[in-house]
Amino acid sequence: MAGKSKKIIIQGLWKDNPVFRQILGICSALAVTNLMMNSLVMGLGLMFVTAFSELTVSLIRKWTPKHIRMMVQTLIISAYVIIVDIFLKAYFPTISTALGPYVGLIITNCIIMGRCESFAQNNPPHLSFLDGLASGAGYTIVLLAISFVRELLGFGTLFGINVLGKAWVSWTLMIMPPGAFFMLAIIIWITKNMIPEKSSKEGAKS
Amino acid sequence: MIEISPIVIFFAAIFTNNMILSNFLGMCSFIAISSEIKTSLSLGQAVTFVLTFTTLLNYLVYHYVLIPLGLEYLRYIVFIIIIAAFVQLIEMIIDRYFPALYYALGIFLPLITVNCAVLGVSLFMVIRNYSLMQSLAFGVGSGIGWTLAIVTMAGIRQKIKSAPIPKGLEGAGITLIITGLMALAFIGFSGIVVIQ
Repeated sequence: MAGKSKKIIIQGLWKDNPVFRQILGICSALAVTNLMMNSLVMGLGLMFVTAFSELTVSLIRKWTPKHIRMMVQTLIISAYVIIVDIFLKAYFPTISTALGPYVGLIITNCIIMGRCESFAQNNPPHLSFLDGLASGAGYTIVLLAISFVRELLGFGTLFGINVLGKAWVSWTLMIMPPGAFFMLAIIIWITKNMIPEKSSKEGAKS
Repeated sequence: MIEISPIVIFFAAIFTNNMILSNFLGMCSFIAISSEIKTSLSLGQAVTFVLTFTTLLNYLVYHYVLIPLGLEYLRYIVFIIIIAAFVQLIEMIIDRYFPALYYALGIFLPLITVNCAVLGVSLFMVIRNYSLMQSLAFGVGSGIGWTLAIVTMAGIRQKIKSAPIPKGLEGAGITLIITGLMALAFIGFSGIVVIQ
């Protein structure tokens, strides 16, 4: 059992990373990554929603009629997203405004739907919960990696703290949309070279 | 908030606030589908159609049902249900009465439910406090802007099919880089008008 949990964590974080391996959920990955703080909050929010939706879907999987399961999953996900949204509005109003509609868009984030459909439908609750946490963490790491470069080069800061000094000339391009596209492409390129196709296929099969 | 003319919003949604290139919405289907001009045009039409009507419906429901009842926080659930129900309904109607259109759009319609652009437009509409006409212009404009981006992208991708691309960049990687270049080009429009 311990071996299985470990495998799930490794797959979520690296081998089957939702963003750069499966190219899922990149809408929000691109939109919120101009500041590290936003990315961190978004990542944690997604982790929460994925883990708990997978848990819920897995708990009720035996009683859900097959043909309406998509609708049920969507409703479960929306319910958790509303919790995240209300929580952010209450405790972090500035970040909530900065993220704007992207918190709500967690609902249509394909990562959650994909994991619920492919994993939680066929696995016991505790493993599903773990899988949700791992996928969410994989997503968060990529978001932080992208926003690290974008915030550092675009503003000269990290988490709002000035790192590069006053003499640094900000690359405005990095905080504009094209910067996000280029960064994600570079990350996909690097990781594709680091993980050979073969091993990923074995991972998916097992 | 100052009143912006619906016509301004319409053009801004196509060029300066393009759904894909400046708001990153609808990327998933954008990357998966944009390899042929014909299919992407059909998908674009379907998205424009759905966007126009769901924005209208969501506007009416939000302002005449949710706000009077004080249930604004339920908007995510309500919007996604309206979108899903509308797509299903449309699918049945065109299957029954316009079979030719169904063959063109049919397979794409279910995909649209999970297209973040559709939900995104409705959420932007709420956040920016648009009036009825403004929402309608925003919905149509966003749809056309999305179509423009995906068709252009399909055209470029057909051209680079035979080009020697570095191995790791094939597929999603090169698509993202082209999207980045397109976004750069679209920034050139930003002098015309900006909506927030």
